Amino acid sequence: MNYVALKMLFGDRAKYLMLLCGLTFAVMLIVQQGAIFWGLMMWSQASISNLNVPIWITDPGIAQVDEVKPLADTAVDRVRSVDGVEWAVPLYKGLLRARLANGEYHQITLTGLESATLIGRPAEVLEGRFEDILQPDAVVIDQWAMERMGGPTVITVGTIFELNDKLARVVAIAKTQKSFTNIPVVYTTYERAVRYVPRERRTLSYVLAKAKDDVPAADVIQRIRTQTGLGAFTEEDFGWKTILWVLKNTGIGINFGTTILLGFIVGMAIAGQTFYLFTVENLRQFGALKAMGASTCTLARMILLQAFTVGLTGYGVGIGLATVFGYLTASGGGLPFVETWQLLLLVLVALLVICTFSALISIIKLARLEPAIVFR
Amino acid sequence: MNDDTQPAAVRARGIVKSFGAGDTQVTVLKGIDLDIHLGELLLLVGESGGGKTTLLSAIAGILDIDDGDIDVLGVPLSALPPGKRTRFRGQTMGFIYQQFNLLPALTAAENVAVPLFIQKIGRPEALRRARAMLDRVGLGDRVDFLPRNLSGGQQQRVAIARALVNEPRLLICDEPTTALDGPNGQKIMELLREVGRSPDRCVIVVTHDSRIFHFGDRMANLTDGRITNIERIQQEGTV
Repeated sequence: MNYVALKMLFGDRAKYLMLLCGLTFAVMLIVQQGAIFWGLMMWSQASISNLNVPIWITDPGIAQVDEVKPLADTAVDRVRSVDGVEWAVPLYKGLLRARLANGEYHQITLTGLESATLIGRPAEVLEGRFEDILQPDAVVIDQWAMERMGGPTVITVGTIFELNDKLARVVAIAKTQKSFTNIPVVYTTYERAVRYVPRERRTLSYVLAKAKDDVPAADVIQRIRTQTGLGAFTEEDFGWKTILWVLKNTGIGINFGTTILLGFIVGMAIAGQTFYLFTVENLRQFGALKAMGASTCTLARMILLQAFTVGLTGYGVGIGLATVFGYLTASGGGLPFVETWQLLLLVLVALLVICTFSALISIIKLARLEPAIVFR
Repeated sequence: MNDDTQPAAVRARGIVKSFGAGDTQVTVLKGIDLDIHLGELLLLVGESGGGKTTLLSAIAGILDIDDGDIDVLGVPLSALPPGKRTRFRGQTMGFIYQQFNLLPALTAAENVAVPLFIQKIGRPEALRRARAMLDRVGLGDRVDFLPRNLSGGQQQRVAIARALVNEPRLLICDEPTTALDGPNGQKIMELLREVGRSPDRCVIVVTHDSRIFHFGDRMANLTDGRITNIERIQQEGTV
């Protein structure tokens, strides 16, 4: 009867296309909004992911990565003394104003890396050599800094600008993930970073560390917390802490959640209604099948097959369209668009719920259908 | 022709069926007793609203009755649980409807094969048997036509082929000629009479169409929920 079910579905081309359009639209909307939302969340913790280090040591009351609570300079040595720590290095992270040669001011995020190891440096450099950061007054900017501060005609390798009235010379341009606030990132050594910023009693923002290979990171983190009284997180946990802070303290979750929910409801409404109409218009035919010996279970299987066939087709088309949209709009980094397998799985589950709901309404109708209808 | 000495294919006793409840309750069948024999074509006639279609539905087991017993081919239909009744119906009964009820997306051959699909017979075998049956009803050259491309008479012949394809022992027909012109109606009835004369089958036809009365062996008149008389039809076609 699967063959009959599919022929019935494809035979009513107008209804089939309407169903397909409704489900495709729902899938596309959910995937598109979900991918942008997740892209924004990735951006919100870009300060963490761009440095790519396994353990972050922070003030114990830290809320998120961009809300720096400085530590005592002794924190690095205290962390190094914890059993199971392979290495620990200081990190400076803070906001500063840059003054360009043309007189323009730009707020930047100054990131100071330990000069001996340059741990936390970006993996990819687009122009120049990152190691040149060790030269006097040298800084490295990320590609978004170049874009935000006026483009390659204003700032590029060799450009000199001022940070707090001190000279900074661009020696390289690094490729990084865009941040949520899109504030330009300027890298320099830790020692030079603390010279750039106004004098403060505490200048150490974070300690970056790694556990020894034979010691579980979770154990080392627990020891750091217990022995130093500081906060310690894996890169992933600190990223999630930041994401959750953004969700809690901005309306972004509700905003995107509403749109995604809307896509789900619209998809369910269109699919449910069209599928129900499709069933109602074929009631006599279904009644005839029942009279000829088709059980309610057989008819239910037919309906489910029809619903899932059109649903999975809509899923494929919807994801394809959303991906094309993402490719076109996000390829230049202008829009965050991160399609993860978890998102696609979630959308598949949502779609299966829509299809099951649509099919169930029809199945209930058919279960109550008296085959005697065919004689009326 | 067949007579009452033939074994009863359908044995109905004291059939009562009501619709609605309370003040609006209407009793449509008021204690029907009826035997239909193998090798017989029985015509069920009577005024509209008299209960013909309800009785037909009850005999087919697609409508639950309030009281009474119906045995079909020796099986107590009204005592069977719904699932078994559905299976029994699929294996032993064929249906022909006034509105044909063909599936518009399926070709003539596929429509005819539907009862075989329901019986889980493989598609190649089902379609082979469906084409053979269409050939038998004179539509061998229309097997791949969609219903919308067939005339009313041809559609009804497809419906007859569908009703016969799994060789049912009881053929139930509801106004099979109403939607057809005279000559087409006659052809359809010739086909049904041929089926009805088979010694291990019987045909029940609900009809208002006096032009086809002469095809029946007996005619039962159902008025106001009761069978008022059952008459044997003469060979010449006069009642």
